[in-house]
Amino acid sequence: MKIKKNIPLIDQHDKNGFWGGKFGGSFIPETLKKPVEDLTILFEKLRKDKNFIKERDYYFKNWVGAPTPFFKLRNLTNHLGGAEIWTKVVSEANGGAHKIYNATVHCLIAKKAGKKYVVGDTGAGYAGKMLSMAAKKFGLKCKIFMGAKDIERQKPNCDAMRKNGAEIVPVYTGSQTLVDAVSECMRYWVSNCDTTHMCVGSTVGPNIFVKICGWSTSQISRELFIQIKKEFGGIPKKIKLLNCVGGGSSSFGFWNEFMHYNKKQIEFVGIEAGGPIKSKRHAAPLTYGSKIGILHGAAQYVNQDIEGQIEETESISAGLDYPGVSPLHCFLKDAKRARYTAASDEEALKAYVLVTKFEKIRPSLEPSHAFAEAIKLAPKLSNDTVIIVNSCGDAHKDRDILKQRLGKL
Amino acid sequence: MSSINLAFKHCKKEKRPALITFTVAGDNTKKNSLKILNSIAKYADILELSFLHNCPIADGGQIQNSTYRSLRNGTTLKDTFKIAKKFKNNNPNKPLILMGYYNLIYQNGENNFLKNCKMSKVDGLIVVDLPWPENKNFAKKCKKMSINFVQLLSPTTSKERMKKIIKDSHDMIYYISMLSTTGGKLKVPPKKILENYNKIKKINKNKNCVIGFGITNKSIKSFKNSDGVVVGSEICKEITKSLNNRQNPVTNVTDIVKKLRKKIS
Ligand SMILES: Cc1ncc(COP(=O)(O)O)c(C=O)c1O
Repeated sequence: MKIKKNIPLIDQHDKNGFWGGKFGGSFIPETLKKPVEDLTILFEKLRKDKNFIKERDYYFKNWVGAPTPFFKLRNLTNHLGGAEIWTKVVSEANGGAHKIYNATVHCLIAKKAGKKYVVGDTGAGYAGKMLSMAAKKFGLKCKIFMGAKDIERQKPNCDAMRKNGAEIVPVYTGSQTLVDAVSECMRYWVSNCDTTHMCVGSTVGPNIFVKICGWSTSQISRELFIQIKKEFGGIPKKIKLLNCVGGGSSSFGFWNEFMHYNKKQIEFVGIEAGGPIKSKRHAAPLTYGSKIGILHGAAQYVNQDIEGQIEETESISAGLDYPGVSPLHCFLKDAKRARYTAASDEEALKAYVLVTKFEKIRPSLEPSHAFAEAIKLAPKLSNDTVIIVNSCGDAHKDRDILKQRLGKL
Repeated sequence: MSSINLAFKHCKKEKRPALITFTVAGDNTKKNSLKILNSIAKYADILELSFLHNCPIADGGQIQNSTYRSLRNGTTLKDTFKIAKKFKNNNPNKPLILMGYYNLIYQNGENNFLKNCKMSKVDGLIVVDLPWPENKNFAKKCKKMSINFVQLLSPTTSKERMKKIIKDSHDMIYYISMLSTTGGKLKVPPKKILENYNKIKKINKNKNCVIGFGITNKSIKSFKNSDGVVVGSEICKEITKSLNNRQNPVTNVTDIVKKLRKKIS
């Protein structure tokens, strides 16, 4: 399996929508064939349209807030020794996480498609919060599907969604988390695809949704590329880009612009959710060698039993608590361009404590998984290595969990 | 001639649509699931049996309830084939169609899955999330083993696409009546559904086309002149209701199917 040069990764699929011949595709009911085809044609047209790009960039700059800050974590670096640790604080984007890029683009597309309604799934509540914000901004009515368990554990984001006028539909089936929310959202779209635009909250789902999301979050690495050159006067010889991976939208966006660099110069490290140390129900299909299966319309590595039932996962971070992962990451793994590992709940919490003790940033539980790996790696590396962590979410949404687990904030 | 084709022929002779039932394998128990099939076979012309998947992206509440109930009871794919086989041994001429999601076929292996179908004497297959043209290869494999692959059409399917799908179809095609998951309320007037149905028949009048999604005891009569009607959620709902009322689901479901059949006879 090989990555081609000079073609964006999102376009390196075959005519059936498969990356590397086996990841992705569009396993959808007949009813969705036409809406998916319409969306595909529209998106391919828009991404070539200069005016649309101008519009996107206008909102990214003036509404989302571009670029998000990039700086060195001096105290943490000094404390740990070894490699330099830097961060791109994507959580400074409007709304507090990278989910704003995908949500903004989807609402712009929905407007062009003449749709008045937009629906989406959410786990941590960020995808839902951002979609509700963008929907409000662009005058669309918004419905968000969210697992009942997540509604309980991510209350601040639910409050924000409601404040933006979105309706939250609680999902009570299965594990009552993200996987069930995505299923329910797709079911809703099957029934309402004539009037409603669907936004999938990460680089998952049928092929076209993977592409739109990856195209949107790539803004992160476009900014980072310029920022690195400015800070270092060029691209340093040894960089490691660390990012947590749930569905994989933030990590893909963090890496895309650097895809064609040699991995010895710029290494990609994806950190999945290992779950509680004592639990086997991890949310880390790439780390623990899960088999390929079909989930939510795409072939991917996914936690499943021998017969093909999707397995429940367990993670302290609702945003990473998903049994599957983007076909793009499956491709990056098999092409050996990226490396994947997992951090446990406990490691993520410890990382949160250490980072907030030394620095002014407050990463949410998702990026705390990536910081856990940075903390592990840095002391072992020489000081000419630059570790950059995407701090893609703000801990405000996790205040209840943090209070419960750490006793204070 | 396939037993599916024979069933349609028989119904045409009786000047009525074929009655196609849908139940979930292992609902509410493995034993009852088989009992229900055996019992309703007296009134139904073709029986659909769903194999289970816990992420069903196109099923409504009623069928999800049945699926989760059966999964909780531990029903596996192996059990589904066992139920199918036992049913076919009792009713060798009654067509049985398995329906489900592609991941189970993928994990079982396409060839192995078809071998299992063959050994259990399954007559046809519906795969919800394997649309045309992605299903071309698999449909060919089915044909080679004399298993009917049922292509689906929906209100969003363009005429051009319909023509191509019908050309690749086997003995039966399935028209999804409206934009909906299974078990939605019939939100389109039957007249409108029949208009679309007639468009399909115009493309190939010899192809057996059944109508499904949202059809109940109330509306089934409107489709009296079609080739066939599928009823699923109403049956699944009856099982749930029977359990809640501590009644026997086998007798209750049989009563319902009997009534449905009467309405179109
Ligand atoms: C802050 C944050 N980081 C990461 C994720 C994981 O998603 P992805 O892997 O698509 O970036 C989420 C998802 O909700 C999130 O809210």
